[in-house]
Amino acid sequence: MEDSPRPAAFILNRDDVSTSWPAERMLLDFLRQERRLTGTKEGCREGECGACTVLLGKLEGESLRYRPVNSCLLPMGEVAGAHVVTIEGLNGEGLTPVQQALVDAGAVQCGFCTPGIVVALTGYFVNADRWEAQEAVSSLDGNLCRCTGYLSMKRAVSSLCSALQPPWKNSRDVSPAMEARLEGLVQCGLLPGYFLDIPRRLTLLREQGEHVLPFDPRESTPVAGGTDFFLQHRADDGRPKLFFLSSREDLRGIHIHDGVCRIGAATTVEEMVRSEVLAAILPHVKEHLGLFGTTAIRARATVGGNLVNASPAADVAIILLALGATVGLAEGKKRRQVALKDFFKGYKLLDKAPDEWVEWVQFPLPSRNAAFHFEKVSRRPRGDVAGVNSAILLEVDGGVIRHAHLSVGGVAPVPFYLAETVKFLEGSELTLEVVSEAAAVAQGEISPISDVRGSADYKRLLLRQLVLAHFLTLYPSLAGKGCLHGAP
Amino acid sequence: MEPRDVFLHVRGEAVFVDDALLPAEHLFAAIRTSHVAHGHVRSLDIAPAMAVPGIYEVFTARDIPGENQVGKTILDEPLLAESEVHFVGQPLAIVVGESAEAARRAARAIQVEIDPLPAIYDVRQAFAEGSLIAPPRTFSSGDVESAWEQCSVVVSGTVESGSQEHVYMETQSAFALPTDRGGVKVVSATQSPSMVQLVVARILGLPMHEVEVEVPRLGGGFGGKEDQATHWAAMAALAAWRLKKPVKLVLTRHEDMTMTGKRHPYLSDYKLGLDAEGHMLAYEVTFYQNGGAVADLSPAILERSLFHATNAYAIPHVKAVGISCRTHLPPNTAFRGFGGPQALFVLECAIFKAAEALGVEPREIQKRNLLQDGDAFPYGARVERCRQRRCWDVAEQKYNLQAGLKEVRQYNGRNAWRKKGLALMPICFGISFTSTFLNQAGAFVNVYVDGSVGISTSAVEMGQGVNAKIQEVAARIFSIRPERIKLETTSTSRIANMPPTAASTGADLNGHATRLACLDIVERLKDAAARCLGKNAPHEIEIRDEAVYASGEATELTWEKLVNLAYFDRVSLCAQAHCATPDIFFDRDTNKGNPFAYYAYGTALVEASLDCLRGTCSIDAVRVVHDFGRSLHPLVDLGQMEGGIVQGVGWMLLEEVMHDADGRLLTDTLATYKIPDIHSIPGEIQVHFLEDAENPPGIFQSKTVGEPPFLYGIGAYFALLQAMKAFRPDAHIPFSSPMTPEKVLLALYPGDRPV
Repeated sequence: MEDSPRPAAFILNRDDVSTSWPAERMLLDFLRQERRLTGTKEGCREGECGACTVLLGKLEGESLRYRPVNSCLLPMGEVAGAHVVTIEGLNGEGLTPVQQALVDAGAVQCGFCTPGIVVALTGYFVNADRWEAQEAVSSLDGNLCRCTGYLSMKRAVSSLCSALQPPWKNSRDVSPAMEARLEGLVQCGLLPGYFLDIPRRLTLLREQGEHVLPFDPRESTPVAGGTDFFLQHRADDGRPKLFFLSSREDLRGIHIHDGVCRIGAATTVEEMVRSEVLAAILPHVKEHLGLFGTTAIRARATVGGNLVNASPAADVAIILLALGATVGLAEGKKRRQVALKDFFKGYKLLDKAPDEWVEWVQFPLPSRNAAFHFEKVSRRPRGDVAGVNSAILLEVDGGVIRHAHLSVGGVAPVPFYLAETVKFLEGSELTLEVVSEAAAVAQGEISPISDVRGSADYKRLLLRQLVLAHFLTLYPSLAGKGCLHGAP
Repeated sequence: MEPRDVFLHVRGEAVFVDDALLPAEHLFAAIRTSHVAHGHVRSLDIAPAMAVPGIYEVFTARDIPGENQVGKTILDEPLLAESEVHFVGQPLAIVVGESAEAARRAARAIQVEIDPLPAIYDVRQAFAEGSLIAPPRTFSSGDVESAWEQCSVVVSGTVESGSQEHVYMETQSAFALPTDRGGVKVVSATQSPSMVQLVVARILGLPMHEVEVEVPRLGGGFGGKEDQATHWAAMAALAAWRLKKPVKLVLTRHEDMTMTGKRHPYLSDYKLGLDAEGHMLAYEVTFYQNGGAVADLSPAILERSLFHATNAYAIPHVKAVGISCRTHLPPNTAFRGFGGPQALFVLECAIFKAAEALGVEPREIQKRNLLQDGDAFPYGARVERCRQRRCWDVAEQKYNLQAGLKEVRQYNGRNAWRKKGLALMPICFGISFTSTFLNQAGAFVNVYVDGSVGISTSAVEMGQGVNAKIQEVAARIFSIRPERIKLETTSTSRIANMPPTAASTGADLNGHATRLACLDIVERLKDAAARCLGKNAPHEIEIRDEAVYASGEATELTWEKLVNLAYFDRVSLCAQAHCATPDIFFDRDTNKGNPFAYYAYGTALVEASLDCLRGTCSIDAVRVVHDFGRSLHPLVDLGQMEGGIVQGVGWMLLEEVMHDADGRLLTDTLATYKIPDIHSIPGEIQVHFLEDAENPPGIFQSKTVGEPPFLYGIGAYFALLQAMKAFRPDAHIPFSSPMTPEKVLLALYPGDRPV
C-alpha cells in the first residue's frame, strides 16, 4: 500500500474531479467546503433528514445505476470512479419538471430541505421503470420537512406523475438500459444534456482506474454501507483507516444453490428489496424490508453490516434469524461457518475474531408449506429503529406446528433467537391457547431494558402482542377460535 | 415565499447563513458546554484546547468586555457561565480555530471540573421549593368558588403535556465580521435582529449603531430562533471582535438539540363544573410551566396560556393561575402557539372527562359552549365579529359529521382489532403580541428610476411566506407587476427597533407599514403626474395595471415613465413608514384589557385509526373550516395550515423529548427524536376557507395564519382517545401527551403485564 493515497478521480456534476481529500472524510464536506456546492445542505449529519441527498451514479458491469444517498454518510473513498450529482448538476436554464411541480404546488417554504427533495425525487424518475405517484412519494421517505407537512409535496408528485410518462413507455423494452433511459430523461427535461455523455466518461474512468487492493484487516477496518459506523466514528475523532467493501463485487448478490439461499455480505438492503430471487422465497420481503431505514439508507446499508453492527433491534438480523441463517466467516484463507443465532454473543459482541470478517449469510429455502412473517413497531412507523421487532417461520401440518423459528429484537442485548419458545411451539397444536402460552414462554427468555425506545414493561407487552400478531396474520381464522389473552 | 426566492430554493441557490461566501482567513467557532445540570465550576483549564493544532483562541466569561448578559425582560442569563452552571448544555467557553473540526476537537479538550449541586427537573418540586422564574399570575372572572355549587357535575384532574423540539431544518448559525470603526456586522439566522443587535452591543460594550445585524432568510424558525438565536450570534460577534477576523459559528444538529430550549412541558391541575345541560359554568386551572434554567420568554408564554385558558368557549366563572417554574433543564422557549396549545389541551381534557361524567359526547359540550358576539373573555375583552359558531356549523355540514360518525360506528362494529375515533377541535387564537409595545413595525420602500422597487421591513422570511404577502401588498398599492418588487434582507441598519417576527404578526404589522409607505409614494407620484399632465388635480390621477389614468382616461404615462418623470422633478421616491396596532392595551396589574387586534377562529374534524393489537395509530383525516379573513395569499395560507396541523399532530402523538435522571437529553439526535415524515402524516387534510369573512384590522381584510393551525393537532389526541375507548370502554387513559404507541398499548392492556 502507498503512504499517500492516490487522488480519487470521479465526475462531479459536469466536471472531472481529482482530489486527494482523505478517503475517510465525508462527501458532504468536500462538496460544501472544497467545491462550494452549497445547495447540498447539512441538516443532521446522521442520514436522518435527507437535506444532503445526492445521486451516486456507478457503473455496475455494463450498466449505470443512480442511487440517492446521504452525502453526510458517504466517504470520499466511495466516490472514486462514480458520477456524483448534486442539485447544481440538475439545474438547467429554466426549472426542471420536478422543480416546477414543487413550485406550482407551493411545496417550498423555508427551502432548506428543498434541494434534497428535488434530488431524491429526480432520482426516483431516473430509476423507476414506471412512474407511479405512490412509489414516487415513498422515494421521499428519507427527506424531512418541518414546514409544509408534505401535503403540497404529495400534490406535486401526483401532478408530475399524471403529466409525465416515461419516454420508454411504449417501447418494447420496459426496463431499458441506462443509456437509452438517459436519452428519454434528457428529452423530457428531467436531466440536463450532459448526462448523455456520462456512461462513456465513466467507462473511460474505469479503464484508467486502479485495481482493487487486497484487503488486509490488520491494517484497516472493513466498512460496507457505514450508515451506523460513521455515526459512531465522527470525522473529527480521527478515524481508523478504512477498506471499502463496496469495491468487492464478489461479496454482492443473492443466489440459490442446492436448496440454500446465499446473500453476499456487501449486498445492500435495497438489492434485497429489489431481488426477484428473494421475492420468490419471501413474497413480502419488499414490504418487510421497506420498514428498514429510508430509501437512501437502504441504498447503502448492507446485510453484512447489519449483522456485524449487531444492534439488538437490527431488522435484517431479526429476519435472518427466523430463517435459520448461517454466517460465513473468512480470515485470510481460512473459512468457517457459524449459526447466526450463535454469532451474537453479547451486546455488540460477536463470535468473530478481530481479523475475521463476514463473507456471506445463507439460509435453507423454507419448505412449501412454511409461512414467514415479520412484525415491527417503532415510535414512527417508518425510518425508525424498532421498539420491538420479531420474525417467525412456521411449518404447520395437520394442525400441528412441525417446525418453527422465532426471533425478536429490542428485548435483549442481541438480536435474539427465542429458543425455548421455539421448542415449546414445535410439536404443539396450532391453537390460540398455544399461541398465548408461547407468548408467555417468550417472556421468560427476554431481558428488555428501559430506554428511549420504550420501557421494559412496554417491550414485554409489545412482544406478547407481536407474537399474537404473527399468528393472527398468518392464520386469520385463529381469531375466531377462542378467547385472546388481554382482549377486553 | 416570494416567487424569486422559491426559484432559488428549488435550484439550491438560495444562500443561508452557512452558505455565504466569507472573506479569506475566516475562522470557525465551537462551544464547550456544561456536562452537569447544576453545580459550581471548580476549574476550567483551557490549556489543552490551546495546544490543539489550528486553534487561535479560547474565550470564557472573563473575556467579555461588556456585560455577560443575554437576558431580555429578566436579566438572569449569562452568555457564558461563570461560577455556576444551571443546565446540561450551558455554554462555558468559545473555541476559535481554522476549521470547525479543529475547534470542536479543542472544545472537547478543555478540562472542566464541576462540583454538582442538587438539581430540580420537576415542576411540583420547583414550586414546593419556591424555585420560580416570576411570581404566579392569576386571571379571573366571575366567582368560581361560589359557582361550584350551581354545577351538576364537577370534574377535576391533572394533565401533562410534553415538550417539543423545533427541528428547524437549518440549525442555529451566525457569522460576524469586524468593522473598521471597531464595531461588528453580524449575519444571523434569527427571528429577532434587533434583539441580537441589542445583546451584541451589550456584550461588547458598544452603542447599538456600531452593531449591524442582517438576516438573509431562515431555514425554519417556529419560535426557536426568536430568543435563542441570539447566543450564537453574540458568541460569533465576541470572537470576531476580539480577533479582528471573520468568525462563523454553526451548531451541529446534536449541539443544537442539547444546547437550546424547546416547547415548555406543562403540568396542569384542572377543575371544571357544568350544569345538567352541559353548559360550562366554572373552570379553575393552574398551569405549572417548566421554564428551564432561565427566564427567556417563559413569563410571556405563560401569559398567553392564561389568555387562551378558555379557548373557544364562553365560561362565566374562571380562575386561571400560571406558575413559571425554574428547573435545571435548558431554557424552554417560544414555539408556534406560544403557550396556547398547552392551555387548550388542558380544557379539552377536562371536557372529555366531563362528557364521560355527563354521559354525553365531548362534541356536545364543545358545541353548547362556543363563543359568540357579546361574550367576554376572562381578561375582559369583548367578543366581536366572532365566527366560532359559523366555522363549527359549516364544518358539521360540509364534512357531513353525522355520516362520519355513523361510518365510524359501523366500522367499529365490524372490526375487532381496528377501531376508529372522531373528534372535533374548535380553536380561537388571539392575534397580536401580548406585550403591547411589540406591536409596531417599520417598512422602508425605495422606488428606483427604472421603476423597480426594493422593500425593507422588520419581517424575517423563514418560510412562512411573509415576503410574498408584503410583495402582494406593494403590488396592489402601486398597481404594478409583483416581479418589479424585491424584498430585501432584514437589516437593523435599514429598520431600527424591530419586533421579532413572531406571534403570527409578521404579515399584518409589516404589511400595514409597507402599505403606508407605498401610499406616501403614490401620493407624491400622483402630484407629479398632475403637474406633468397640467389639466388634472392629483386626486383625479390613478395608477392602474402599470398605466396612469387621469379622470378615468388613459394617458401616455406608464409606471416607468411616471417614476422617471418624478425623479427629474426632484420628487422623493423613498418612503419610510411605521405601523402600530391601534386600540390594544393590557393592564398587568388588573390582568384586564383588550390585548388582541382580532382572533383567528376555526374548527377541525379529526379522524384516527387504531391498531388495537399493536397499539399503533394513524390519523386518517383532518378536515378544517378556518377563518382566514379574506386570504391575501391562499397558497401560502394553505401551506401554513397543513404544516401547522402536521406539527401539532406530531406534538400530540409522536414527538417525545426525554431526559435522564441527571438532566441530560436522551433524545439528542434525529435518530431518537422523531418528527413526522412523509409516511406518518394524516392521510388527508382538507382545508375550507370560510367565506364572507372580511377582517378590517388585518392587512387587506385578511387574517394572519402562522400559529393557529398548530392547535388543530390537539384534535388528533382526542380522536385517538375515542378509538381507544371503542376498543376498551373501561380503559383508564391518563391525560398525558404525547400519546405514543407505548402509552396506547399500556392503556389498552392495563394491569396486564406479562412476566
